[in-house]
Amino acid sequence: MSHHAIALNVNGKSYERTVEARITLADFLRDALGLTGTHLGCEHGVCGACTVLVDGHTARACLLFAVQVNGREVTTVEGLAADGMLNPLQQAFQDNHGLQCGFCTPGMLMTLTEFLRDHRDPSEADVREALTGNLCRCTGYAGIVAAALDAARRLREEG
Amino acid sequence: MKPAAFDYHAPRTLEEAVGLMAALDNAKVLAGGQSLVPMMNFRYVIVDHLVDLAQVQGLRGVRLADGALWIGAMTSQRELEFSAEVALQCPLLQEALTHIGHRQTRNRGTIGGSLVHADPAAELPAVCAAHDAEIEIVGKRGQRVVPFQEFATGFMATIVEPDEIVTAIRLPLWPAGHAHGFQEFARRRGDFALAGVAVLLDVAPDARVRRVAIALCGVASSPVRLRDAESLLTANRLDAAAIKAAAALARDVQPLSDIHAGADYRRHLAEVMTRRALTDAARRAGISVAMERA
Repeated sequence: MSHHAIALNVNGKSYERTVEARITLADFLRDALGLTGTHLGCEHGVCGACTVLVDGHTARACLLFAVQVNGREVTTVEGLAADGMLNPLQQAFQDNHGLQCGFCTPGMLMTLTEFLRDHRDPSEADVREALTGNLCRCTGYAGIVAAALDAARRLREEG
Repeated sequence: MKPAAFDYHAPRTLEEAVGLMAALDNAKVLAGGQSLVPMMNFRYVIVDHLVDLAQVQGLRGVRLADGALWIGAMTSQRELEFSAEVALQCPLLQEALTHIGHRQTRNRGTIGGSLVHADPAAELPAVCAAHDAEIEIVGKRGQRVVPFQEFATGFMATIVEPDEIVTAIRLPLWPAGHAHGFQEFARRRGDFALAGVAVLLDVAPDARVRRVAIALCGVASSPVRLRDAESLLTANRLDAAAIKAAAALARDVQPLSDIHAGADYRRHLAEVMTRRALTDAARRAGISVAMERA
């Protein structure tokens, strides 16, 4: 097994670590950096719980090796709130019952962060399409879809 | 659900990558990793070496060359989905891309990786089959260019040798303004298709078919061209009856039965999806076709 020195930026902070080649980005974030907000569900790219942003685009953190993100910028769910305040998307989840057990929530939030950046005025169908890569076993998705549409409205009002 | 230990290599040049693949035992190429890494996590695949092509120069991008759209093997599905050149020259490819996985997997997955993985239900191999794509492959014995018909050899199998690397895909262009259709049936959005159909269509102003290509995925171990249906349509006027007769020939496919669908159901889907994809293509070509539901 090979080991590699990597340097990356996570949520605006620089890290330098040495990693074993087979360590996934998800395990690296959780175990090496202590950022346990990124959840691991299926570990084969189906459930979407481990979704993070790499250079601004969503990716399954269970399907990337940490060594592959050397020199990249990663954003995790810990990077969303600022100064202890939930961001508009997170607040919309709380207000619209967008979560129950919360296991899928970090992945939902990261997927919708990219989606709402690229789609300022989405339809309900657009939101449901965007969420096909994230599984929730509690809510039936109704609250999540409502939260996404509410967040889109709030973000438009913010300008 | 963790991969077995391996050594990771990140070559910067194709020569270096080819040298590594030739020299290392039990090595695999890492492209986007959206199919390979799940298999590694399950330990269906255990490698001693991974050769990551992400930093190799010259394997990305889309350009017109010699009457074909040249696509670097490491070009991501996302880049292709939003490429103006793809939308203009190969609209079939663009439409098929929207059926592949999800935003998160298309952001990382590559066209070369998808072709070499060769899942029988995958969309991109069907598009390559319809377009009569040519695949550029490089190894220590040099470069070869293989027609897609010879590239796909069976269930998740291709002609690529273990020490070779797919570097590019060439899609020979159809005439400007040609029509296309892509239809698939999957149990959930983003799932692999139970049956999918890619259609390319060129019709004369009098609605006679100059050329048509019909390729199916999900119904056999690798993509299937419906040559009989293509022959039936070619040089004849395209209308609802012709489409119905051509689609009926899709029932001749020999699908596999699995936990998701039986062979009979897949044959039914193959016919219905073929009819719908041909109808989409005909409408885009300006031919009004009444769609029967069935």
